[in-house]
Amino acid sequence: MAAILALVETDAAGLKRSSCEVLTAARTLAAQQSVGVTAVLIAGPPDPLQQVGVYGVEEGIVIEHELLQDYSMPAMAVALAQLVEAEGACTVLIAANARGKELAPRLATKLRAGYAPDCMEFRLQDGQLLALRPVYAGKVMATVRLRTPIQVYSLRPNVFTARPAEYPVVTTIRRFQPQLRPEDCSAVVRDVLRTSGKLDVLEADIIVSGGRGMRGPEHFWMIEELAQMLGGAVGASRAVVDAGWRPHSEQVGQTGKTVSPSLYIACGISGAIQHLAGMSSSKVIVAINKDPEAPIFKVADYGIVGDLFDVLPRLAVKLAHFLGKPVPERFLNLLQQRN
Amino acid sequence: MRVMACLSYVPDTAARPRIAPDGRQIDRTGIKFIMNPYDEYALEEALRVRERFGGEVLAVCVGPEAATEILRTALALGVDRALLVRDDWTLDSFGVATALAHVARQYQPELILMGRQSIDFDSFQMASAVGELLGYPSVSVVSRLTIAEDGSVEVDRDIEGGKEVVQTRLPCVISVQKGINEPRYPKLPDIIKAKAKPIESIEPPLVEPLSDIVSMELPQRHRAGKILGSSDAELDELIRLLHEEAKVI
Repeated sequence: MAAILALVETDAAGLKRSSCEVLTAARTLAAQQSVGVTAVLIAGPPDPLQQVGVYGVEEGIVIEHELLQDYSMPAMAVALAQLVEAEGACTVLIAANARGKELAPRLATKLRAGYAPDCMEFRLQDGQLLALRPVYAGKVMATVRLRTPIQVYSLRPNVFTARPAEYPVVTTIRRFQPQLRPEDCSAVVRDVLRTSGKLDVLEADIIVSGGRGMRGPEHFWMIEELAQMLGGAVGASRAVVDAGWRPHSEQVGQTGKTVSPSLYIACGISGAIQHLAGMSSSKVIVAINKDPEAPIFKVADYGIVGDLFDVLPRLAVKLAHFLGKPVPERFLNLLQQRN
Repeated sequence: MRVMACLSYVPDTAARPRIAPDGRQIDRTGIKFIMNPYDEYALEEALRVRERFGGEVLAVCVGPEAATEILRTALALGVDRALLVRDDWTLDSFGVATALAHVARQYQPELILMGRQSIDFDSFQMASAVGELLGYPSVSVVSRLTIAEDGSVEVDRDIEGGKEVVQTRLPCVISVQKGINEPRYPKLPDIIKAKAKPIESIEPPLVEPLSDIVSMELPQRHRAGKILGSSDAELDELIRLLHEEAKVI
C-alpha cells in the first residue's frame, strides 16, 4: 500500500513545518497516483506521528535502533534504504533542509534511485512524474524526470503549503527495526551548537534583509528590530557580509542561501543578479531603496523609493501599530531626535 | 596523505543564462566559465592538509576540454597532479559521481574534498553520492575540518541556525562551506610554470543516467510591481497592500 514514504522530523513543538509541507505534497501525489502514504520518523518517541493524521496520512512508521540515538546520516541512509525495500516503496519525499539535502542523495545512491533535489512543484504528465526545480541559483527552472523505479525527491522548504486534510484520520503506527552495524555509523553528530537564538533565513517565513544602503553595521539594529517585530529573520547581501558587517550565515544569494519566504523585505539592497537569484522565488518582495533605478525594483511586488533612515523608523512605528505591538524604543528615540 | 580535490567548471555568478534552442540546457555561448566558487575553498583546504601532513593533492574536474583552464589554476596554486574526466555536459549527477568515484578507486585518496554545491545545478549532492559509491563516510557543508594524527576527523557542519559537530574518520568525503579558510591567490611565476605542467585526461566510465532534464525555462513570475514614494500615506498604503492584497502580514 505504501508507495510513498514521507520522511518527517520533529522539534520541540511537534512536527516541523517543513515536514507538514512534505506530508501535504505526499498526500497530493498519492491521490493522483492512487497509492498510499506512510510517514516515517527516525527514533525518538513516536507521539508526534499521531499528528500526521491531520494531514490525512493513515500510516506511520518509527525507525528504531540503539545505534540511531546519536544522529548519523550514513546510518540513517542504511536504515531508510532497508525500509524502502521492506515496504516496496516507490517514492521517497524528504524536506530539502540541511539534514535532508545530505541524506537524500546518500539514500538515492544506495538504492541506485534517481534523485531530484530541491523540488518546487510536481506535475503528472502521461503517467510520469515531473519535478520542477531551480538551477543556476533560480535563474533557470529545470523540469526533471527520474528514470528509475524507486525515486527520491527533496522538497524546498516554504514552497509547498502545509494544508491539513479535509477529513483527518487516525494514524496506525508501526515500528521498524533496521539491521545496523556500528560501522554504518561512520559519521556521527556529537553536538549541536546553536550560533544564536535567532531564526535562520532558511526557516523564516518573513525575512528583512539589509545591504550596503544601511551604511554600516551600527545601523543594522533597525533591520533586527523590524525582523523581530514581524517574527522574521535577518538577511544580508553579499556586500555587507564581505565587509564583515554581518555573519555569513545571514547571506542571501547565489553564494549564500537561497530562500523562498512568504515575505522578503530588501532594505538598501540594489539587487545584484547574484542576490536576486537567491531571493526571487520569495512569494512577496518589498524593496526599499533610494535609487528608483535599482534592479531590485524589477523583481519587487511593492517598492518604496526613499531614504532608509527616513523610511524605516516611520515604517516601524506604523507596522507596530498595525500589528498591535509596542514600538521599539530605539525607533522612537530616533524619531524624537529628529523632531 | 593523498587528497583529491574535485573542481567543477561553472558559469560565472554574474552570468544571465538563456535557454538553448533544444530547450533542455542553457546556451553556453558567450558565457564566462569559472572554477566553482565553493571549490576554491576545497582546493585551499586540500593544500593546507598537504602542508600539515605531507603527501600530494590531485585536482579532478569532470568537464569539457575548456575546463583545463581551472585545472591550470589548480596547478598554479600548487596541486601535484591535475586530471580532466572528459564530458561535454552529457553526464547526469549520478554519472559525475560515478566518474569521481572511479578516479578515487584508482588514486586511493584518504580525503576527498569538494565545494558544498556546484553553482550550476545547486544540488548539494556530490559528497553524499561519491561517499556512498565508495563506501566512505561523507559530511556536507563543513566550515571547520580538524584531522588528528590517528585519522579521526572532527568537523563543524552548518545547519539552520547553528552547527553540528560531526565525528568521522579517514578515508572520507567532505564538502566545504565558505568560511572554512581564506583561499590563496596564484603567484605570477607559478601561473607561468603551470602552463608547462601536464594535465592528464581520461574518459568517464559508461553508466546509464538515472535522470533526464525534460526542459529548461526562464522563471516567469508575475510581480505586482507597485512602486510608491515614501510619504506617510504611501507607507500606510504599503501596509494595507501587504495585508489586504498580498495577505502576508
